[in-house]
Amino acid sequence: MRSDPTPAGRLGRALVRGLPALWLVLFFLVPFAVVLKISLSTPATAQPPYRPLLDWGAGWEGWRAFVEALDLQNYAMLAGDALYRDAALTSLAYAGAATAILALVGTPMAWAMARATPRMQGLLVALVIVPFWTSFLIRVYAWIAILKPEGLLNMALLRLGLIGEPLAILDTPAGVLIGLTYAYLPFLVLPLYAVMARLDPALPEAAADLGASRARAFLTVTLPLSLPGLTAGMLLCFIPMVGEFIIPDLLGGSDTLMLGRVLWSEFFSNRDWPLASAVAVLMLVLIVGPVVLFRGVRERQDAAAR
Amino acid sequence: MSPLNRIALGLGLAFLYGPILVLVAYSFNASRLVTVWGGFSTRWYGVLLADDALIASALVSLKVASASAAVATVLGTLAALALDRHGRFAGRAAFTGLVLAPMVMPEVVTGLSLLLLFVGIGLERGLASIVIAHATFAAGFVAVVVGARLKGLDRALEEAAADLGAPSWRVFSTITLPLIAPSLAAGFLLAFTLSLDDLVIASFVSGPGATTLPMRLYSQVRLGVNPEINAASTLLVAGVTALVLAASWLTGRGDRTA
Repeated sequence: MRSDPTPAGRLGRALVRGLPALWLVLFFLVPFAVVLKISLSTPATAQPPYRPLLDWGAGWEGWRAFVEALDLQNYAMLAGDALYRDAALTSLAYAGAATAILALVGTPMAWAMARATPRMQGLLVALVIVPFWTSFLIRVYAWIAILKPEGLLNMALLRLGLIGEPLAILDTPAGVLIGLTYAYLPFLVLPLYAVMARLDPALPEAAADLGASRARAFLTVTLPLSLPGLTAGMLLCFIPMVGEFIIPDLLGGSDTLMLGRVLWSEFFSNRDWPLASAVAVLMLVLIVGPVVLFRGVRERQDAAAR
Repeated sequence: MSPLNRIALGLGLAFLYGPILVLVAYSFNASRLVTVWGGFSTRWYGVLLADDALIASALVSLKVASASAAVATVLGTLAALALDRHGRFAGRAAFTGLVLAPMVMPEVVTGLSLLLLFVGIGLERGLASIVIAHATFAAGFVAVVVGARLKGLDRALEEAAADLGAPSWRVFSTITLPLIAPSLAAGFLLAFTLSLDDLVIASFVSGPGATTLPMRLYSQVRLGVNPEINAASTLLVAGVTALVLAASWLTGRGDRTA
């Protein structure tokens, strides 16, 4: 479709762009504005469970009364209560630790995939993608039977005589980290593999010819060149992990506080919609930091490449 | 591949597939205890088929998945066309962000924000609200799949048709669309499985009478491991795997005919 100067052509192009843009503004962008607004509201035992409500009929006066009734008390609560501070820090710590583990586990895997024969590569990519599309809930649930005290892992370790009594893994931080690593592994491996597969194999070979050991060639040549894929993959894991709900809920103990879980219980158990909204805003703020940082790094890399 | 690479791959794949295989194996366990093997049995599949509430929720999920995947395919394809064909239009960066951001947004945020919107505009919560929510977050995935295909397309075919006097809509419907059709089908299937899998967003935006399969499974999973869930999960995993294989076969076939 080259640009079509006729009015019909212009209309067509406007529709192609406009329809998805309109949908996403309406159902992705506007909802954030609503969340922001409700995070400034006060919970109420009413339908809907927050106040103030905008009185459209009252015109300018109604609008002013509405704006005046908004305040920052939910944010004051988030800042003042140790529970929410801990939840925010715990979320960042879990997401950060799991991202680091994923980088360590996923890099050798992505590299091995990139070194496989072209035929094998197609198969391996499919093998990594299938679990990625398989129900998240079910994949996390599957770990309960493995990690619980009388579960398969403990049975195997006991039988091998490696441990004297069952390890507590389920309902502990270790359980959450295992779940996060497991569920997000494809998110890290696939973008990293995509970059590694395009690397010129002559480069690490040249390093080896010049006397570098294989480990050294990998660390000084391959890894720096793969950095865009690694940072993209780490970001793809980190962002949703900060807001993760299912994994801490099923594999973490009742005391595992992550923001996604706090938001969930404020909304469903306490019916405090304004506070849940404030938690959502906080989560977005925490996520935006790494994204901006990443874009800065990316731009510098692009500039260096030029 | 060096032995070290083989080990990395073997461990990685065992890690990815082990838990799923354990789950599938124990769905055929005669014993009610999840960790004790009581012999091979399909009794839990019988229990499953007699569970009317579970079947009803599966039907809800299938309806929602079909409708939301259809909408997501249209939106995602249009977005991919705009990104691939419209060059540097005003607001391109914002448009790209808008299409891709829903893919990484934490689900609790997407779910909560859409629910608040629906309450605000007075949309009744039920099937329709879940369809809208799923279409919104799946559209980006469709755009990525279709975009990859558009990028690999030989432009000369479209230019030849245009040079022969075909108007742009005709070039699109007779040349472009048939060539990208496999990726549309793949995108549809992926959007379908995303919808079928989603627990968090559906929990926020659903209303009475619209309980999806993951919502139903989750309410049982919270009570602990039980073999009936293993059986249901096995069927779901089998279904999703079949859809993914179909999708990757479609994309692969498209690549070869191009």
